[in-house]
Amino acid sequence: MSEITRRDALQRLTLAIAAAGVIDALDAREAHAAASQAAAAAGGRYVPKALSAHEFATLERLTDLIVPADDKPGALLADVAPWIDTLLNVNADLKAKYVAGLAWLDTAIAAGGAERAKDFVSATPAQQTAMLDVIAFRKNRTAGNETGVDFFVLARRMTCDGFYTSMVGMRDVYVGNAPQAAFVVPQAAIDHVISRSPLK
Amino acid sequence: MAQVAPRSTVHDVVIIGSGAGGGTVTKVLADLGVKVLLMEAGPMVSMGDFKMLHGPYSVWHRGAGEHAEAYTGGRPTPLSFDAFYRADLSDEPYTVAEGSSFRWFRSRCIGGRTNHYGRVQLRYADYDFKPRDYDGLGFNWPISYADIAPYYDKAERLIGVTGKAEGLRSAPDGIFQEPAPLKPHEILVQKACAKLGIKAINSRQAVITSPLNGRPPCHYCGQCGRGCSQASNYASSYVQIFPAMKTGNVTVVTNAMARELVTDASGKVTAVSYIDKTTGTEQQVRCRTVVLSASACESARLLLNSKASQHPQGLANENGQVGKYLTDTVGASMSAQVPALAGMPTFNTDGYGAHLYIPWWMVERHKELDFPRGYHVEVGGGGFGMPGIGFASGTYNRVEGYGLPMKQAIRDGYGPGTTIGFSGRGAMIPNEDCFCEIDPEKKDKWGIPVLRFHWKWRDSEINQRAHMLASFRTILESMGGTVNTPATTPPASPPGGGIIHEVGCVRMGDDPKISVLDGFCRAHHVPNLFVADGGPFVSHADKNPTHTIIALAWRTAEYLAAELKKANV
Repeated sequence: MSEITRRDALQRLTLAIAAAGVIDALDAREAHAAASQAAAAAGGRYVPKALSAHEFATLERLTDLIVPADDKPGALLADVAPWIDTLLNVNADLKAKYVAGLAWLDTAIAAGGAERAKDFVSATPAQQTAMLDVIAFRKNRTAGNETGVDFFVLARRMTCDGFYTSMVGMRDVYVGNAPQAAFVVPQAAIDHVISRSPLK
Repeated sequence: MAQVAPRSTVHDVVIIGSGAGGGTVTKVLADLGVKVLLMEAGPMVSMGDFKMLHGPYSVWHRGAGEHAEAYTGGRPTPLSFDAFYRADLSDEPYTVAEGSSFRWFRSRCIGGRTNHYGRVQLRYADYDFKPRDYDGLGFNWPISYADIAPYYDKAERLIGVTGKAEGLRSAPDGIFQEPAPLKPHEILVQKACAKLGIKAINSRQAVITSPLNGRPPCHYCGQCGRGCSQASNYASSYVQIFPAMKTGNVTVVTNAMARELVTDASGKVTAVSYIDKTTGTEQQVRCRTVVLSASACESARLLLNSKASQHPQGLANENGQVGKYLTDTVGASMSAQVPALAGMPTFNTDGYGAHLYIPWWMVERHKELDFPRGYHVEVGGGGFGMPGIGFASGTYNRVEGYGLPMKQAIRDGYGPGTTIGFSGRGAMIPNEDCFCEIDPEKKDKWGIPVLRFHWKWRDSEINQRAHMLASFRTILESMGGTVNTPATTPPASPPGGGIIHEVGCVRMGDDPKISVLDGFCRAHHVPNLFVADGGPFVSHADKNPTHTIIALAWRTAEYLAAELKKANV
């Protein structure tokens, strides 16, 4: 199955979810499993165009940490890392920032702690989050980690953009842009607005 | 793309332009068994051109830009899924006279501007046809509401219009599709208006909510402006022209820019000369009758450019009236932040755009006002928006971090828009300072002389705009809203044409000295020349013109068919 076919599978899935009109009731784990099966059947993992295989694996793990799956899908299912790699492929300055930032993650995690990891992607989840707990906040920025903090700001922004503009990720918050058999206005929504207005 | 018939063929009817007017004439005549040739200056469209249910994911960069420039100091690229009709018209310029401000929005494709218009589908009221009888200003139409009402009925039966019977004089009832329920912010607006003695009612949109003539009902995706790929709203392309083509009575010639009407010694039109844009060559089609449906200003341009020794001022322009009394709609907008909307439970608010509008409420009280004619109000805002590039940046830049806490904060921070916006749409009094003429120097890519526009608002419009803004403020503040932009007094003068409701220029009238067309939109002195677009409008009500263009074109088409049968053309 080609990349296009996989996207079609996801699209059908998402449309089916949307058509059901019950986003909140969605069993996302099931959706995730179905989509993963579709991807596996495709046998086609995304082949990075801008990053090396190692850099891409690092990016994929980073996006997974930034927007993880819970009862709804996260960045992995939304193919955020492939989208970012595609953008890096058309912007050399942007690519340079990622190459430097991803390398910094490897160097920093290899330098830290008694139980050193070889690199970011092979570190334990605890080691990875310990690092992000520092660089994900501007208040922790120091001369020693500024590359990491600045890169994280960029990676978080692009991961969120990639996730929430995807068909899968959009549904985390948004229920529109979907066909409906009838236009229904919940009484709770009307009551909410009127009861908070001077016209209640 | 031109399907050029043998040049010796004389077509019974050549229709120039495929928007609301041309689409209607095409459908009515084809259904009556009349063979027509429909000429359009742009390309054919297909249902796949209408990008319904697309989102940012439909574009590979999703708005980050072809070079991802949004992330290296550039700006995000706005995503537009209605770009196909925005033809590049740099080859077809127009000019604006010094001291005037005018904007001419054109669409070159089958269906023209009907593919993407706002679908506000309002009947003119009885007084809109006889405005001079009420305020002594402007001109009366040669026809009355009773003449056109049956054609509004026919139009509604074909295209479908939402609404409920209200019995309001300023908003005549029609044959309505069941409207969708009001949205919460619209219920709030309706309550606020009621308290002020103003009646706000279900919007009248050219959208179907139950199956009609083989078209499925609306599925409430809210993207009417992209064109509907299942034809649940009106566009002349898929509601009239495509079905008409199936009758076998329609020949379509696309990318054909009409240049001139060719006449014989008696002054009758014998052929239409046009530029085939695909080859740049000049072609001709012969005709027994011609219907101009190119839009008010484009039809005027064609007449003015059709000069011959018997009519050196252009065709049907003995009295110099072609191009005169151009009108647009008077527009003013105001929005407010309305806190009552914040935190509203999430639901799909898309619908078919606005489900509520406010008809003019002071029909019987004009003497209290310092402007002569009314306006209606279109209501917007209040919905849940689709995420795009930059979504939730306010939230994650504030809470920082990553993972589930950030994801949850984004969910918590997502809410409906708390803006409610009002757009006033007002009647304009025709005046002699608003007109178009042929620019003496400038020509378009094909050497066709272009239009030059003149524009001047009068106090009647300026005062009306001020009244709109004052009313909007009162209503918005009564809902607890804080107005976003302070109203300027007097309001700044926007360009003419800005509301894209330009009508007039080829006006009907009983008196051939001050009008171009008779009561059936036939040129007074050219018996085989008809006009079916916004051109025949004698004066302009507050109502959006599309519905009246369709009704008038329908009436003209039936008359033309009867005249053809009687060999009166």
